[in-house]
Amino acid sequence: MGNWFVNNWFSAIIISVWMGLNIFLFVWFYFVYEQGETFYYTRHLLGSALAWARAPAAVLNFNCMLILLPVCRNLLSLLRGSFVRCSRTMRKQLDKNLTFHKLVAYMIALMTAVHMIAHLLNVEWLNNSRQGVYDNLSTALSNLEDDTDDSDHRTTYLNPIRKNDIDPQQIPTYFVFTSIAGLTGVIITLALILIITSSMEVIRRNYFEVFWYTHHLFIIFFAGLVIHGIGYIVRRQNKESYKEHNPLFCQNRTEDWGKIPECPIPQFEGGPAQTWWYVIGPMVIYLCERLLRFIRYMQNVQYRKIVMRPSKVLELQLVKKGFKMDVGQYVFLNCPAISQLEWHPFTMTSAPEEDFFSVHIRSAGDWTDKLIDIMQKLPEGSQGPKMGVDGPFGTASEDVFDYEVSMLVGAGIGVTPFASILKSIWYKFKDNDPNLKTRKIYFYWLCRETHAFEWFADLLKAQEKEMEERGMGDFLTYKLFLTGWDQSHVNYVMVNVDRETDVVTGLKQKTHYGRPNWDKEFEQVRKENPTSVVGMFLCGPEALGKVLEKKCGKYSDVDPRKTKFYFNKENF
Amino acid sequence: MGKIEWAMWANEQALASGLILLTGGIVGVAGQFRGWEFAAYSVAAGVFVCLLEYPRGKRAKGTSVERTGQYCFTVCVKAFGPLTRNYYVRAFLHAAICVPGGFMLATVLGCVCLGIASLIYLAAAIRGEHWEPILPRKEVRKPVAESIKNPPQNPPPRPPPEMRRKQAKDLESAAYDNPISVTADE
Repeated sequence: MGNWFVNNWFSAIIISVWMGLNIFLFVWFYFVYEQGETFYYTRHLLGSALAWARAPAAVLNFNCMLILLPVCRNLLSLLRGSFVRCSRTMRKQLDKNLTFHKLVAYMIALMTAVHMIAHLLNVEWLNNSRQGVYDNLSTALSNLEDDTDDSDHRTTYLNPIRKNDIDPQQIPTYFVFTSIAGLTGVIITLALILIITSSMEVIRRNYFEVFWYTHHLFIIFFAGLVIHGIGYIVRRQNKESYKEHNPLFCQNRTEDWGKIPECPIPQFEGGPAQTWWYVIGPMVIYLCERLLRFIRYMQNVQYRKIVMRPSKVLELQLVKKGFKMDVGQYVFLNCPAISQLEWHPFTMTSAPEEDFFSVHIRSAGDWTDKLIDIMQKLPEGSQGPKMGVDGPFGTASEDVFDYEVSMLVGAGIGVTPFASILKSIWYKFKDNDPNLKTRKIYFYWLCRETHAFEWFADLLKAQEKEMEERGMGDFLTYKLFLTGWDQSHVNYVMVNVDRETDVVTGLKQKTHYGRPNWDKEFEQVRKENPTSVVGMFLCGPEALGKVLEKKCGKYSDVDPRKTKFYFNKENF
Repeated sequence: MGKIEWAMWANEQALASGLILLTGGIVGVAGQFRGWEFAAYSVAAGVFVCLLEYPRGKRAKGTSVERTGQYCFTVCVKAFGPLTRNYYVRAFLHAAICVPGGFMLATVLGCVCLGIASLIYLAAAIRGEHWEPILPRKEVRKPVAESIKNPPQNPPPRPPPEMRRKQAKDLESAAYDNPISVTADE
């Protein structure tokens, strides 16, 4: 528990503050409506359901404001950049943006459910009051007519259900679908439900396009949300009327209303729409983000080189004016020839010191397959199709050089950010860059099949040679794990066990077979670096992340003088 | 969107709709709303839809992830054979189930959501998808190779015991080499 806290104390604080604000808003607004004097008559018609509807509404306003912010990537990158002087901890927080987005979404879903159920009760009871089913006071209140003079069109009745000449069972439905609040409520709830069902893990991981396009229903959601409250439906006694007509005194004297001086006919007013105050800021920020993406899309991108690598991996080397990147960052690519609307993220595999940027794209779905197809059909040396590039966006990998010791784990195609890091190390070493705080790097590459190794193995070979020449063999320790071995591999290796270089990759470091024994690895790192702060960086599957996070906790010492492991994960 | 299996999304949507119908129905019955009979129906319909949709079908391509504890539901749903396998049947069933929900406000949302799920199932059916149960794979042992069936009856020929054991005094003429040095038994 102690170790979890050391690694995640900042997350814990943010979640606590957020939850605290939610609870505060809920309770505050609950009591405003449950005990406010001007709502006395409204409460007579609706009971506690009024407060139960308005409290979640306040929480919803707050959370709808928050939900857009974690996905404003440029804003986050900006914040990240400004925290470069500050602690590592702040920047790690920004990587958990998607987790926060989901948390806020769950809260919105929960509050929508409570809000909706409370309003179902409200509408039913308002209808019953209109039908005269309840006591005299309710009937009298409901019968109050609209007493306006036309100059300001403000209505003065209490019960918003005015209709009573159709089948009473259908009046609630009629009311909901003919009032702005009701209609927008139904539409945006429907949008929310569709967004949520298409965001379930199964759909998101396997049918990304459905998730992506359906998620754009959020535009309808926000549009409806902003106009949801403009109908002045939640009604309270207005201040002047409250001064003249005291509900506690007049409630039992309904026949005398308007006839005695203490009880003139009570006048009511509706509350104005407030949601737009909360959400207008984030909506503008998000709009700017999309605009920025569009501007970047219009900028010219040249192809420097297009290479087909083995195992259906495509390497693109691109050049864009004014493009500056850091290690391990990613870009979003859009190819109008394939799809106008889809932007897909790819980690860059080139180092910032190079004058171009490259991505390695693996065949993993419709869009990537079509891209590889187009590139393969291109004649030699020609430019590829128009490509829009948005980014670069920051990830945890930027922090690699801040740790004295780094453990880098890349599973399969997840090794790509580390290609960028290793290349950058090579350049930094050559130039003796003083910013390089790292003394030691442990690199673990897990891969199922050997073919995908090739382009990366070439990089490692070059690094190996450089390190040897400079006598820096100790700086980088890398271990390759082939997790998809079979009998034929075993036979081949057995025969060639005496060779100097590895039979699979041609590297000096021998390939290991099967999955790494993490306990052993952590022990080794701890033994070789007894007092350091070790950063663990993973780009790979969720399950592995959980295992490594636990190991980091297990092997970290709360004592600040001993080894501490910090876990950082990339996710898309 | 060529590779999308609509049935997967329809399943999520239908399960959500079942829960919404159920919730709306409970509110209608507990609050004794007008038309509470429709709410009571919605409770039953919601439960039925949830039971039908809880077991996730097998994906045509790729690994399928089961929902927790769905095995017994899978067996029940599988028992109905073509009725549950065919998505046209499901599409029309959901369309029919959702209609009474429209007669009362509390269940209207459930009705519309289920209607949408029905449409997505229709799209899935038109594309030729169908429901396959996710069942645990039976272990298949590899057939044992011929030569194993007839182990040798006799041990291989060996020299007599005195010659077999390595003599501490006479290491050169020994028949084999030890990785650890031999010491005579004291």
